[in-house]
Amino acid sequence: MTRLSTFDKALLNLLQGDIPICSHPFAEMANRLGTDEDTVLNRLRELKAAGFLRRIGTFFDSNRLGYHGTLVALKVKPSAICAVAEAVNRYPGATHNYEREGVYNLWFTLLTPNAEYESIVLAEIRSLNGVEDMLRLKAKKKYKINVQFKLQ
Amino acid sequence: MASLSQLDKEIIKALQEDFPLCEEPYKVLAQRVGISEEEFLRRVKELVEEKKIRKMGAVLRHREVGFKANALCAWQVSPDKLDDIAQVMSSHAAVSHCYDRTPAPNWNYNLYTMIHAKTRDECEQIINELSTMTGVTDYKILYTKREWKKTGMKYFCEAT
Repeated sequence: MTRLSTFDKALLNLLQGDIPICSHPFAEMANRLGTDEDTVLNRLRELKAAGFLRRIGTFFDSNRLGYHGTLVALKVKPSAICAVAEAVNRYPGATHNYEREGVYNLWFTLLTPNAEYESIVLAEIRSLNGVEDMLRLKAKKKYKINVQFKLQ
Repeated sequence: MASLSQLDKEIIKALQEDFPLCEEPYKVLAQRVGISEEEFLRRVKELVEEKKIRKMGAVLRHREVGFKANALCAWQVSPDKLDDIAQVMSSHAAVSHCYDRTPAPNWNYNLYTMIHAKTRDECEQIINELSTMTGVTDYKILYTKREWKKTGMKYFCEAT
């Protein structure tokens, strides 16, 4: 694995915050880092190719775009976990899907354009072979969403 | 909630794709939508002001940068203290998400935090800190065993 230099860490810390909304955002970032636009762009392309960046782009507030979201926990028979996880993955609105330790062993988030469609999807998933129980954990309030890993 | 025009939806669809790593990324996105860069930038700033955009930026592959112990921690908090406790937990740098959720029958946990650490020991130390800071002692640590999917949502693509 490529080792991250001090410059890389400063660049990634800045990139995790806010990309400037202006004509030359990478030039502005370069300015803050005391380098030039080409250096920033070349290094970002390399770091992306090396797999350090999951996604560069825009993160939306799903509720404010009119979408419904919920966290769902499933209790799945261990022998069925692969098949169920893959079935959940096939729904475009299932954006995060994790196998976790514990009785409820598969946890996913689901975003849908309306509540009716959410109910339909959840009924389909509940009826999959090996799914023994389902918890629907609707968010009442989001106190924090800030996925930033400060690199030192 | 303010409704979104067809143009807004086209702009959102362009923005949710990978951000172009080039000198004038917004110009590239504007061209895809078929509007000028100025108009595109103006509308993006408005979407930020309207809080429809949470952030423009990157998410790292946290395992690759050294965060290998990741847990969802579910807490049972009395409703009258929930607001204060959630604020305290949110202020911790290791907490990326903090949500108040409606509990389910036989599952009385109502506050959910995602915690990222380099090791399990460190993760448990953070959870102990949170517990001490808030006085919440009833919680479940749900370590990530396997990531099956993590992706950005593609909005307004259902019918296409």
